[in-house]
Amino acid sequence: MARITAGLTTSHIPAIGAAIDLGKTAEPYWKPLFAGYDWTRDWAARNRPDVVILVYNDHMTAFTPEIVPTFALGCADEFPPADEGYGPRPVPVVRGHADLAAHLAQSLILDEFDLTLLYKLDVDHGLTVPLSLVYGQPDEWPVRVIPLAVNVVQYPPPTGHRCYRLGQAIRRAVQSFGADVTVHVWGTGGMSHQLQGPRAGFINSPFDRAFMDRLVTDPEGLARLPHIEYVREAGSEGIELVMQLIMRGALGPGVEELYRFYHVPGSNTAVGHLVLRPLDEWS
Amino acid sequence: MTDYTSEFDDIPGTRVFTAQRAKQGYHLNQFCMSLMKPENRERFKAGERGYLDEWPMTEAQKQAVLDRDYNAMLDLGGNIYFLAKIFATDGLSYLQAVSTMTGMSIDDYQQMMVSGGRAPDGWRSVKDGT
Repeated sequence: MARITAGLTTSHIPAIGAAIDLGKTAEPYWKPLFAGYDWTRDWAARNRPDVVILVYNDHMTAFTPEIVPTFALGCADEFPPADEGYGPRPVPVVRGHADLAAHLAQSLILDEFDLTLLYKLDVDHGLTVPLSLVYGQPDEWPVRVIPLAVNVVQYPPPTGHRCYRLGQAIRRAVQSFGADVTVHVWGTGGMSHQLQGPRAGFINSPFDRAFMDRLVTDPEGLARLPHIEYVREAGSEGIELVMQLIMRGALGPGVEELYRFYHVPGSNTAVGHLVLRPLDEWS
Repeated sequence: MTDYTSEFDDIPGTRVFTAQRAKQGYHLNQFCMSLMKPENRERFKAGERGYLDEWPMTEAQKQAVLDRDYNAMLDLGGNIYFLAKIFATDGLSYLQAVSTMTGMSIDDYQQMMVSGGRAPDGWRSVKDGT
């Protein structure tokens, strides 16, 4: 039977990908940020799942102004790195897991989460930067990946509560998959940041740290936070944080915090990273 | 429009990209998407005005693009992730382009970020002045 054995959160800042691709990770500006992922790279090498369900947002790369799906699941065999205007990142093609994705699609839709299903998807920095942070620069990614793209660009995005409930449904769906596969769920995006208007550069570290605390210990309460509070306290692009609640819902009620890292800045953004383990893989 | 959208107007220095703004900015954002193709980037760079005239954008939207006035583009329905295609074409990073919306120089903006970013006090609410 399939089971979810870990979850993590991480920012997915595009400049992090550029720093990796251009060999700048040892520069003084970047070094503390990448050092914050040393623990995780070591942990990930020893705790490799078969599949990562990777919750992220497309940055108007694969999606366009024509179609705005709230939740979209990647069901293809592979997902090429996208050209975001600077040329595609020099990273491996992302391999999917079509059988589990098809099972998730069926389970989640029958569980009343009406997903959009994607059979062709180029993946942008939102998905590939987290893979680079955790797995470095391999010739092939060591895991299969099922992308779950969430609209957090056009308001309204889904509520935190809906995201949390979707995570819980993902847990039920994975646990009902017949094959013996291990799954990690990653919730990417955030922390506080704003990329627009005179308020750009907004960072709120006390809010971010409290968000990380509550994600671990009080996800039900955190899921009730309204959108206006995300914008007010975490910036207009800080709304990406709702995606972390999908990961948290998928881990079940109780989790152990294995690792935490927080750093300002990564370009315009506060970097937050948690590694969590479900206390009961079957609850 | 609704309480949901009007609440966002209380956030200083911010244009939240709502469904209404998405409709207003549709052609501006479609123009931006076209710049993801290298051949279109070359055509745009070779003659910006002529390229813009191929799109059913408003004159104000076209002028904002020509001026690289990102705050004006936001007001006219643009969103940063679409507008990123313009500054990528110009060879600018997010940080460089975003700084132009703040009235700060790139160096001052970069220094603010390295020093911990823009602190929330005074940037939470127009109404409450907090």
